[in-house]
Amino acid sequence: MSESYDEIMQLLCDRLSSMTNSSVQVTADTNLISQLSIDSIKLLNLIMEIEDTFDVSIPINALADVQTVRQLADLVQKIKSAS
Amino acid sequence: MNLLEKLDAAAAARKAMLPDGVGAFGIPIEEVYSATEARIGDRRVILLGTNNYLGLTFSPECIRAAHEAIDKEGTGTTGSRMANGSYFGHRALEREFADFYQCQSAIVFTTGYQANLGTISGLVGPGDTVLIDGDSHASIYDGCILSGADIIRFKHNDPADMEKRLRRLGSRIETTLIIAEGIYSMLGDQAPLAEIVRIKNEYGGILLLDEAHSLGVLGETGQGLVEKVGLLREVDFITGTFSKSLCSIGGFCVSNHPQLDQLRYVSHPYIFTASPSPATIASTRAALELLRKGSHLRKQLWDNCTQLYARMQETGYQLGPDPGPVIAAILDTPQQALLMWKSLLEHNIYVNLILPPAAPEGKSLVRCSVNAAHTPEQIKYVGDTFAKLYSTIIS
Ligand SMILES: Cc1ncc(COP(=O)(O)O)c(C=O)c1O
Repeated sequence: MSESYDEIMQLLCDRLSSMTNSSVQVTADTNLISQLSIDSIKLLNLIMEIEDTFDVSIPINALADVQTVRQLADLVQKIKSAS
Repeated sequence: MNLLEKLDAAAAARKAMLPDGVGAFGIPIEEVYSATEARIGDRRVILLGTNNYLGLTFSPECIRAAHEAIDKEGTGTTGSRMANGSYFGHRALEREFADFYQCQSAIVFTTGYQANLGTISGLVGPGDTVLIDGDSHASIYDGCILSGADIIRFKHNDPADMEKRLRRLGSRIETTLIIAEGIYSMLGDQAPLAEIVRIKNEYGGILLLDEAHSLGVLGETGQGLVEKVGLLREVDFITGTFSKSLCSIGGFCVSNHPQLDQLRYVSHPYIFTASPSPATIASTRAALELLRKGSHLRKQLWDNCTQLYARMQETGYQLGPDPGPVIAAILDTPQQALLMWKSLLEHNIYVNLILPPAAPEGKSLVRCSVNAAHTPEQIKYVGDTFAKLYSTIIS
């Protein structure tokens, strides 16, 4: 029943594309802040959505090290497999 | 980019967002005349952007107490509560807070900001969890970060969302601190405390309520939201500030849990800072007494709030959901908010301007703070001015 890493990545890319509606193609290496200009509030709200989608608790302090979409997917995957 | 260049870049981005908005923040107040009037530039303005909810900044009792304390005890304690900074007054004020909230323990901190930092970081640590309202004040966020606990947010004032996230924590609930505020400072809305308490009692956890804006404002004796909804005994820790209804600076935490006392030995924001000055403590003690007996002040305050809220609502402004001393007009764009703010100042009314990201959901606010000392004439003039500006700026 657990989503694969690819599914997590796909979901994040989709959500980020629709949130930013910028011309930037969102990929694993896209930088959330410098390329997508996701501000901290938007990121925090996205985290709530991801928590609900995957039924996990993602502490916002764990985001300190997250810069790219891949790093965010890694974090979700790590928390998901630990829960 | 070096450190200074980073600051230059941030300053440039700020100026680009709102070229004319630079003067709106940290505006110089040249002279203060009373709880409701001051001079800004060469204008005598109505102060409608202070947290002076009971209008006590010039109360003779508080001023006299502060004078006497300076004469007898000097200008500052020059030391920490842990060392030489716990005078008779500090301890007396703690007893008075404990008595006011009918609970065992109270701690006085140097600011309300530090009361949250010190309480939260004393209660939780790495491996524990804090479950906080998404619109929490920066002092709550910063306290959580200082603590090293895992921070989970729930949707603002949404008990169902809070319940879902608490349930998800499973066995970690035992070491979870839930945090909400009596009145939220941006939109003036109140926490759904009865629901939050019900959920906490069903699942577990410890509840902290910040009554910064509700102390003196809600409840028969001014205890805050806990008193208004009759749930004082259900809240584990209450924090608050002296900088709003009590008209000085400082903060407190009260609790019926005797463990609160242990915070004095572990909480850095309590230990590694000087204690409040004797004058601050003395005026706060006098103000607390006035606050407790201040039903007439609360009545005046609420008359003023309901009148201005109703008037602005009738005019067509989009406001926060609950009438109260914080009345926020929600505007579509930062530019519109800045224009409204400037026009109000041209009409000799000072309010607070709040631009993204400070306000929730990217909103821009012109926020009024009403107090008990505003006269009916001032409130009417403010309502008339908002009505006049609505037609030129909004519609
Ligand atoms: C909700 C809340 N908590 C705490 C504080 C901090 O209070 P103080 O001004 O005493 O540092 C404030 C004030 O800005 C506040 O709005």
